[in-house]
Amino acid sequence: HRNLNGAGQFFSSGHTNNWAVLVCTSRFWFNYRHVANTLSVYRSVKRLGIPDSHIVLMLADDMACNHRNPKPATVFSHKNMELNVYGDDVEVDYRGYEVTVENFLRVLTGRLPPSTPRSKRLLSDDRSNILIYLTGHGGNGFLKFQDSEEISNVELADAFEQMWQKRRYNELLFIIDTCQGASMYERFYSPNLMALASSQVGEDSLSHQPDLAIGVHLMDRYTFYLLEFLEDIHPASKTNMNDLFKVCPKSQCVSTPGHRTDLFLRDPGSVLITDFFGSVRKIEITMETINLTDPIKQMEEK
Amino acid sequence: MASYWNRNPIRVFVFLILTVFVVVRSNIPSTPGEGAEERRWEASQVGDVDPGMSVAPPHPHTNTDSFQEELVVRPLHSGDIYASFQFRTVWEADFSRGNKVSHYQLFPKSLGQVISKFSVRELHISFTQGYWRTMQWGQPFLPSPPGAELWVWFQDSVTDVDGTWKELTNVLSGIFCASLNFIDSTNTVQPSAAFKPLGVGNVTDHRFLRYATLPREIVCTENLTPWKKLLPCGSKAGLAVLLKSEKLFHSSFHSQAVHIRPICQDQRCKSTSLELRQTLNAVFDLHTSGQAKREWSLFKMFSRTLTEACPLASSSKIYIDITDNSQGEQFELSPASSLLSQAVVLGDRRTFSVYDLTDQATFGSTLSPFDKKWQYPIGDMLRPLLHAERYVAGYGLQTGEIHTVMYNHHPYRSFPVLLLDSVPWYLRLYIHTLTVTSKGKENKPSYIHYQPSKDRLRPHLLEMLVQLPPNSATEVTVEFERALLKWTEYTPDPNHGFYVGSSVISSLVPSTVATNTSITQEQPLFSSFFPCKEELSYFVRVYTEPLLVNLPTPDFSMPYNVICLTCTVVAVGYGSLYNLLTRSFQIEEPSPGLAKRIANVIRRMRGVPPL
Repeated sequence: HRNLNGAGQFFSSGHTNNWAVLVCTSRFWFNYRHVANTLSVYRSVKRLGIPDSHIVLMLADDMACNHRNPKPATVFSHKNMELNVYGDDVEVDYRGYEVTVENFLRVLTGRLPPSTPRSKRLLSDDRSNILIYLTGHGGNGFLKFQDSEEISNVELADAFEQMWQKRRYNELLFIIDTCQGASMYERFYSPNLMALASSQVGEDSLSHQPDLAIGVHLMDRYTFYLLEFLEDIHPASKTNMNDLFKVCPKSQCVSTPGHRTDLFLRDPGSVLITDFFGSVRKIEITMETINLTDPIKQMEEK
Repeated sequence: MASYWNRNPIRVFVFLILTVFVVVRSNIPSTPGEGAEERRWEASQVGDVDPGMSVAPPHPHTNTDSFQEELVVRPLHSGDIYASFQFRTVWEADFSRGNKVSHYQLFPKSLGQVISKFSVRELHISFTQGYWRTMQWGQPFLPSPPGAELWVWFQDSVTDVDGTWKELTNVLSGIFCASLNFIDSTNTVQPSAAFKPLGVGNVTDHRFLRYATLPREIVCTENLTPWKKLLPCGSKAGLAVLLKSEKLFHSSFHSQAVHIRPICQDQRCKSTSLELRQTLNAVFDLHTSGQAKREWSLFKMFSRTLTEACPLASSSKIYIDITDNSQGEQFELSPASSLLSQAVVLGDRRTFSVYDLTDQATFGSTLSPFDKKWQYPIGDMLRPLLHAERYVAGYGLQTGEIHTVMYNHHPYRSFPVLLLDSVPWYLRLYIHTLTVTSKGKENKPSYIHYQPSKDRLRPHLLEMLVQLPPNSATEVTVEFERALLKWTEYTPDPNHGFYVGSSVISSLVPSTVATNTSITQEQPLFSSFFPCKEELSYFVRVYTEPLLVNLPTPDFSMPYNVICLTCTVVAVGYGSLYNLLTRSFQIEEPSPGLAKRIANVIRRMRGVPPL
């Protein structure tokens, strides 16, 4: 008694919940744009439906309440100051000195100390689609954390393989906005990974515009155009990944964004943006009758 | 997070109606056996009690939580405005007898579960941005040090206090989005005298007290968001509507705190209930935030107006301090309120104009007091009797001195103060150099409790009871030496410096105005926070500035430099030596001309040796 024709399209992607791990790895006031990058992706992901309990947000420094910020409790993406990406309802799970390579890898692989609270854990299962966004300063094969340590592409690939072996994801989308970002996904070898980067090896990712009132560059070009693209997406949108690959061509970004889909099992054209950026709940319709327990049956008889 | 169906009054009402309906229906049984069985089921539903446990018979009323909110606005003599919000939820639950609670109404479930799981008796946590300037602003209603401060009294039933403390800090770091998990044994102390419990109960065993501060902790919207979610109405109704982060953090001082303690249910104090006070203090500087005129209003301060009181609140009031405006020369309040109330707070009798938000007549116009003319207030602000400063003296990166200066501004009374100092282990204090001087003479403390530090395990703890002579400044100095940390122990930005937490000075200060010592429900919240045992003195806690100390910092780029330099020297030196020893020179004929090369090719083809 199930309507298989309608139900069939519900399960075409195979995921039941969405998670997001958004990391900004740079400290200091002049790296304001990296925090703005991460917060703009956070904002889009929340707007499209992923709740705070399913987002692990890691910001290595505080820009909004920094004493150098002329407008406290705000982080802007553009110098017209229309969009405050920090917002009023933000929950940062790892902040300041807690954003380290070790904590990041522990969050991904789930090997956290037992007293870690739920909001700091990535409690994904084998039917979760995870979005991972990294931004900061990077180079050929590494990403710098807080100006004192770095994570290499080999470590990252191994962490994803651990996640695959422990069945911690169904599909994973990895986006990175740093200089020479494409080097970070070169070493991936686990299935069901799709990766996007803002620049190829040998190229630098550039920032968008400085703001003279705040005094720093507000955002990076790739994430700025990514935010513009995501602002047009709504939870019922049918835009697919091929449109995401076209975000920020060389004319706008100066660097060449790259992507990698060879490890991904589905065709990118059939993958919706909301499969990763949104949280679309799947509802399973059933026509079976269920017998309730005894005492309530007595009430009904009365 | 908050269970909203518990907070929605309509659903509670519908649930109660259904309960009443079901109870009424069960009172007409067809057979005695069936009726009794049904009545048993009804009783367990109403009382919500596990039948296996032996507890007192359930209350006929389940709706006994109460919630009050208030806002006090006080214009200060320096031209700033001090706004203090207090939200008080009283929960009729008694954890001391080991009861299990599963029904949460107004009390937030996240905190309730934390209290019951970790057997917490009292919990005080505060997040502050900025430093309270006592001499310009007077005494705050609720003092707090810059950064994060957490102190907890555990129940006697806890066996491993340190382990429970560690887990509690981790859980609280998740609830408040703060890095409280950095609280560990290197910054936790067990004060023996300074932090007595603020709730009821005869507790003297200091093994169950833990105190820690994180002076570096940043406070921003991500800490305000979960704090607001603990309120019964959230930020949707009542006074919490005013709490918008863009205005709150654009202030000279901002402090939010959560205080949980047991209080007596009534005068006889047969049983206790749990009180949760959420406080938010902010000092707005109207000059720098663009106000040219000396006008202030709730809209200008918070960029929001009040529309209604929180429906779950039993009282919702705004108090405007008009003590300096007794004849109406300073400013006029609009809309004017005829309700006046007087309260003695911090040894001073103040008059307040009261606005009751549960009264519909207050709405309809925005609350906007304005000045008729600006003048400096008549008379002096009541000079704070107790005030303290702290600074680091000395030069260089090896040694230094910490100076703590405590001022007693009372003209003729002296009173004792308890000074608590917690210094991290990497500043090695030389306690033999500790001196306490008042008015040039040595002042011997009557009680000293000192616990030396252990490297990487425990900080220094120094508690002293010092008698401050009238109208004097008492200076406490101690020398220290800076330690060299291991290179992995430095933070990513070590040149910023390392923080030393504020000193805490607690005292019962004599006052000229008698304070009310009885516990009544009608007292405004801001005057009933600290328990008052005597009429002629009031409790004051003063926090000094935190210190920022530079430790000798290595140059972290040196390993890279050393490797480059060494490899270059080795390459150049070894390479040259190797070449000198093993290079041999061969003489090579210059290449012949074109004719000779063709001739050589022909000769090679013929098999004849070349030219």
